Amino acid sequence: MIMVYCEQRNGELLNVGPELVGKAVELSKDFDGNVTAVICGHKINHLAELLIHYGASRVIVIEHPLLEKYNVDAYTEALYQVVKSENPEILLVGATLTGRELGPRLAARLKTGLTADCTNLEIDTESKLLLMTRPAFGGNLMATIICPDNRPQMATTRPGVFPMPQSDSQRRGEIILFTPRLSKEDIRIKVEKIIQKIRKHKDLTAEKVLVAGGRGVGSKENFELLEELADLLGGGIAGSRAAVDEGWLSKDLQVGQTGKVVRPKLYIAVGISGAIQHLAGMQESEYIIAINKDPEAPIMKVADLAIVGDWKPIVRRLIQQLKQTMDIQEEKIS
Amino acid sequence: MRVLVFAKQVPDTTEVRVDPVKGTLIRDGVKSIMNPEDKNALEAALQLKDKYGAKVTVITMGPPSAEAILRESYAMGADEAVLITDPLYAGADTWVTSMILAKTAQIIGFDLILTGRQAIDGDTAQVGIEIAEHLGIPVIAYATDITLKDNMVVVTRELDNTYEIISTNLPCLITCTKDLNKPRYMRVTNIFGCFDKPITHLNNSVLKFDKNEVGLVGSPTKVRKTFTKGSKAQGTIFNGTPEESAEIILSKLKTEKIINV
Repeated sequence: MIMVYCEQRNGELLNVGPELVGKAVELSKDFDGNVTAVICGHKINHLAELLIHYGASRVIVIEHPLLEKYNVDAYTEALYQVVKSENPEILLVGATLTGRELGPRLAARLKTGLTADCTNLEIDTESKLLLMTRPAFGGNLMATIICPDNRPQMATTRPGVFPMPQSDSQRRGEIILFTPRLSKEDIRIKVEKIIQKIRKHKDLTAEKVLVAGGRGVGSKENFELLEELADLLGGGIAGSRAAVDEGWLSKDLQVGQTGKVVRPKLYIAVGISGAIQHLAGMQESEYIIAINKDPEAPIMKVADLAIVGDWKPIVRRLIQQLKQTMDIQEEKIS
Repeated sequence: MRVLVFAKQVPDTTEVRVDPVKGTLIRDGVKSIMNPEDKNALEAALQLKDKYGAKVTVITMGPPSAEAILRESYAMGADEAVLITDPLYAGADTWVTSMILAKTAQIIGFDLILTGRQAIDGDTAQVGIEIAEHLGIPVIAYATDITLKDNMVVVTRELDNTYEIISTNLPCLITCTKDLNKPRYMRVTNIFGCFDKPITHLNNSVLKFDKNEVGLVGSPTKVRKTFTKGSKAQGTIFNGTPEESAEIILSKLKTEKIINV
């Protein structure tokens, strides 16, 4: 059986859960076809049916007042108890920041291996082992990892790596309530305060068009040009790890293995060389345009349209042309 | 107070290249550095030492050449340095590595353990959290601020949409991000001294693991294969004036019906 931990926050399901359920359904064809989704919290029964609609054959609802808010101590113990009673072959966890904290703590308690941030999951036809593929060495190399002897085989995957499955409200499945043995003493960390971040930008994964810059953009000021281009195209800006490390962009705008995984209709990569770590975050985009001085840069190989040249005059020209077309359109309207 | 910092020597991955023919890493000439966020962890430890008084011990596991980052730690102001090195430990995955580091922490003793959030060569962010689990102590990941109050730490950490302020009692483990602080430079006086300071070596005769529990053999996860990503079919390459370049971009956007322009 394949088990998928589906994270919820304030009674709302994060997309990464259903994304992994979709993938698990695909993988389960090599097994018994059973996919068990697990949700954890307090008064979250309403989410169970949604997961069945997304393809889970069973949903385990871990219910306890102490699970109302995420807490690594309580969540680890609750999931540990479920895994121990169910003995899944495979356990998938969404690699949100909380998932990347919960996953290792749970894996260590279960005495099993965990492969972080997988970009592909397959079943080996002969051994039936889970093949977990992820970028290594700063994304310069891909590695396929197996966990031959310990169970469950655990993997985390970033949000957006796998597509959302179709929801079908006709689908039926089993819903099981699980009450973990938890006491206040199990919880050693105390969340004193939660402060909501003020978002200046739309969520990257929701943008239809992204204009992304890398080290080649050269400065924070230069990103204003990219922002102007993004505005004209009705999209947002993003950046590579290098641009974020330089402090030119805030961290929530980072695309790549250690940032967000995006799949917009149009991705324009400006001055980004394209380490695998970055490519892992954007190569599923529908159309990719790369502007780079170096025709040999890896980004040029994944681009549908690779423009060799100095980005600045090209972007300036683009902005100018787009403004002109808009002016013409406005004239027509008026 | 006794603070342990776990640090890792890593190749500077911004300089790592892949041999396009063999598909293997080209390591020649790539310099090794202290993992950046481990340096933030060390800086946090040194700040606690400056403020409250503490003994700061930096521990790394690796080949003898990993001593370089321990010398650097001394030059920044660490009090003690430990190198865990044993051929038996080669090829350890995160689970085995964290088990070895946890046992080391137990032998040395500690009130607080600091590690970087993740290492730039693997980006797994697992080892610190797994050490805490093996030791049975609380963990707080992704710290952006750490203060100490009596026997309690208060940590601010950054999650996807929120900041959390979390408190817990010592002993505990905290993983540190680059937003926590700006690591100090090595002090000139310390640089001169750092080559004379002793580095304690620990191997399996001290840690006493069964040889089947450690290294590649003991690791639950194994690398089946490594490869470079096969690229998809080459798209259109264009090399012209800025005007021509802008023109072809706009015409592609129109003809491919990507967006309305």
